[in-house]
Amino acid sequence: MKLDSAVPSGPIETKWDRHRSEMKLVNPANKRKFRVIVVGSGLAGASAAASLAELGYSVHCLCFQDSPRRAHSIAAQGGINAAKNYSNDGDSVWRLFYDTVKGGDYRAREANVYRLAQVSVNIIDQCVAQGVPFAREYGGLLENRSFGGAQVSRTFYARGQTGQQLLLGAYQALERQIGLGAVKMSARTEMLDVVVRGGRAVGIVARDLVTGVISTHSADAVVLATGGYGNAFFLSTNAKGCNVTAAWRAHKRGAGFANPCFTQIHPTCIPVSGDHQSKLTLMSESLRNDGRVWVPKTAQDRRPPSEIPESDRDYYLERRYPSFGNLVPRDVASRAAKAACDSGLGVGPGGLGVYLDFGDSIRRLGKSTIEARYGNLFDMYKKITAENPYEAPMRIYPAVHYTMGGLWVDYHLMSTIPGMFVIGEANFSDHGANRLGASALMQGLADGYFILPYTLGNYLAQAGNSQAKEDQPEFVAAASDVKARQDRLLGIRGKRSPDSFHRELGKLLWDKCGMARNAAGLKEALAKIPAIRAEFWQNLAVPGTGEELNISLEKAGRVADFLEFGELMCRDALVREESCGGHFREEHQMADGEAKRNDADFSHAAVWEYTGEGKEPNLHKESLTFEHVKPSTRSYK
Amino acid sequence: MNLTLKVWRQAGPSDRGRLVTYEAKHVSPDMSFLEMLDVVNEDLIARGEDPIAFDSDCREGICGACSCMIDGVPHGPDRGTTTCQLHMRHFKDGDTITIEPWRARAFPVLKDLVVDRSAFDRIIQAGGFISVNTGGAPDANLIPVPKPDADKAFDAAACIGCGACVAACKNASAMLFVSAKVAHLGYLPQGQSERDARVRNLVMAMDAQGFGACTNTYDCEAACPKEIPADFISRMNRDYRSALLKGDA
Repeated sequence: MKLDSAVPSGPIETKWDRHRSEMKLVNPANKRKFRVIVVGSGLAGASAAASLAELGYSVHCLCFQDSPRRAHSIAAQGGINAAKNYSNDGDSVWRLFYDTVKGGDYRAREANVYRLAQVSVNIIDQCVAQGVPFAREYGGLLENRSFGGAQVSRTFYARGQTGQQLLLGAYQALERQIGLGAVKMSARTEMLDVVVRGGRAVGIVARDLVTGVISTHSADAVVLATGGYGNAFFLSTNAKGCNVTAAWRAHKRGAGFANPCFTQIHPTCIPVSGDHQSKLTLMSESLRNDGRVWVPKTAQDRRPPSEIPESDRDYYLERRYPSFGNLVPRDVASRAAKAACDSGLGVGPGGLGVYLDFGDSIRRLGKSTIEARYGNLFDMYKKITAENPYEAPMRIYPAVHYTMGGLWVDYHLMSTIPGMFVIGEANFSDHGANRLGASALMQGLADGYFILPYTLGNYLAQAGNSQAKEDQPEFVAAASDVKARQDRLLGIRGKRSPDSFHRELGKLLWDKCGMARNAAGLKEALAKIPAIRAEFWQNLAVPGTGEELNISLEKAGRVADFLEFGELMCRDALVREESCGGHFREEHQMADGEAKRNDADFSHAAVWEYTGEGKEPNLHKESLTFEHVKPSTRSYK
Repeated sequence: MNLTLKVWRQAGPSDRGRLVTYEAKHVSPDMSFLEMLDVVNEDLIARGEDPIAFDSDCREGICGACSCMIDGVPHGPDRGTTTCQLHMRHFKDGDTITIEPWRARAFPVLKDLVVDRSAFDRIIQAGGFISVNTGGAPDANLIPVPKPDADKAFDAAACIGCGACVAACKNASAMLFVSAKVAHLGYLPQGQSERDARVRNLVMAMDAQGFGACTNTYDCEAACPKEIPADFISRMNRDYRSALLKGDA
């Protein structure tokens, strides 16, 4: 596997602009002859499918949901960053670039991040033109807020539903192209394999989730916009259907998987309430602007929070990080909550929670101000917990939220399989080891609207038509692999449901490869996962057949892939002998418990190559050099 | 608590379907309605039976995937709440709960509680957008939008496309869904150039997809988990009349 990042030469400020004017173009009359498959219809997939169709390509878009509008981008709450400097507070493309590289703990590729910051401004223009109802000032101009500890106000938002509104903008652009006949849309369709012919990605195998029909689709390029793998942990803030299947099957066909151990644990989620829990709900981190995090000073203090006097409370973030206080980045806040709970200070059922207290803010600003800022979040909290956060502090605990790792891509967003592009959360490129708030929406739309439409054309102009057809042996073989695997899942007829295996795997990953990892725990997980996988293939229960809508079969296929992927995640965490961003190795910490990065040995993206069933994967490294943002210790004290 | 469920089971689009009774035991009040169904399904799988098929994805009330008529009410008894955010503390030990799919000609049942709502997507294809291609948009602050208009546009854009309004309506009308899209884009200056054509095309598409007419009973408003007000329907009717009077454009 050869890793060529293909970053253009020249000063970082002009790389993208110059490269754009040098990339090859496809003749407008020839564009419709190129067939592009886009898998996934979230912010990245929908924006790419719509933009490519507008350019004239023949686009086929698939999603497993019943409508492209339901992709999980829709659940993003907080906002989207852009270096507009509308607030006149000194923001710039450079500053957004700098913050993102630093926030990612120096594990992202500088050139990609700079380009992301550059196109961020175009995204806002595009979305406003589409009719996205961003928050506005009384004068009618767009309102910005500071988010996730940023020192400038560069976050655009639409109440607590920014992801929904941005996705509806992209969805409507996509539906417009579907109506014009420029995009063929297949909803309730799941990609189950990628077809590689002559070293080039030329199509996919997909299953119609209603009829069960397995079909093959040839193309000139394949775009994966299939999201992250956070559901490997079973409990996460992802939607129930989010999965690693498309990315994993592509990995098994030759796509390098980069930094799988980089997962983001979001500090402010509603704690688990029982064994029935099916997912975790995020409470926007904007709450930390006015809420104070604390735990009782003594372990096992069972008094209700209102009866614990100030002198018996530990506002540990304010104590440990006086300059950033409650607004420290996500990874820091999450680890601090874990540390408090590990030492027995946690609150609520099972001691897995900390208080997020609005009492002081309500006294200072009045209930109505707090209600105007966070009313919908308070209502959501009350609905789920039956507790009133205006009267008692919220209980929160960290949960898996986002995955920075993903399929490796070069500057053109192309994976190690030529012709297969990966965009949005599914790729690895822009967030390093930790993503800053309001940057996921920015990256998804940057990739789909403003980067892929150029780089894909550049590829097609040079690679030409693939001449792929569904009757070629590679398609027949891939479809028969998919069918054989499905028959195997259906044929076990054991006793345990797919969910029961998924929960078992998820708990193991959370315990051993979650907020804090160590070599002993990771080795233990690496020994246990194959055993769970072995039982899965002997004792799985999937009722029904493959020729119908079969939710157990869908889940079983996804869990089977998580059971393979989980192992790679632990392996990656084991060899990365340092702490950086969301990856905290207990062996590598400062005397005060802060993360200790090792730039001498680990300033690289770890890219894994699949070598076959039961074989050790090969590790390749893309060395990361920082010419513009010099690595320093992230300090928020 | 222990509950008795009467659940609509239908093997496929051509099956007649029927209500089947199940016992849900040891239900925690902290469970969501769908988590309660998850537990019932785990029992069914353990017995080798086909689990109950239902749509669900985000489970935080925003994707619009979940549905279910719960005792005849879309998304159940808690107002302004999707099924995934309905918690079992709204029920009592010993209750019998009837669970059915959305019922509308335009939403055919695919299996059990899963219906096909792609008619909504086809309505949007007919004009639920502003026709701008990627690239070339002017600076976002070039066109000021009065805050009250932006807020109203947002209120309308909050629709999650779940179809509860159709399921609640005795005529299976999609007027609340369509009028919310008309209002979202119609309140904004960017949406003005296509305003007349949009409302005509959307109403035509709504009729073509087999949705019924509106008789102003406001069941849609009561059922909407996002509490979209029915005022948008009267606003759309005004827009529609005005567009018709202006004639073909």
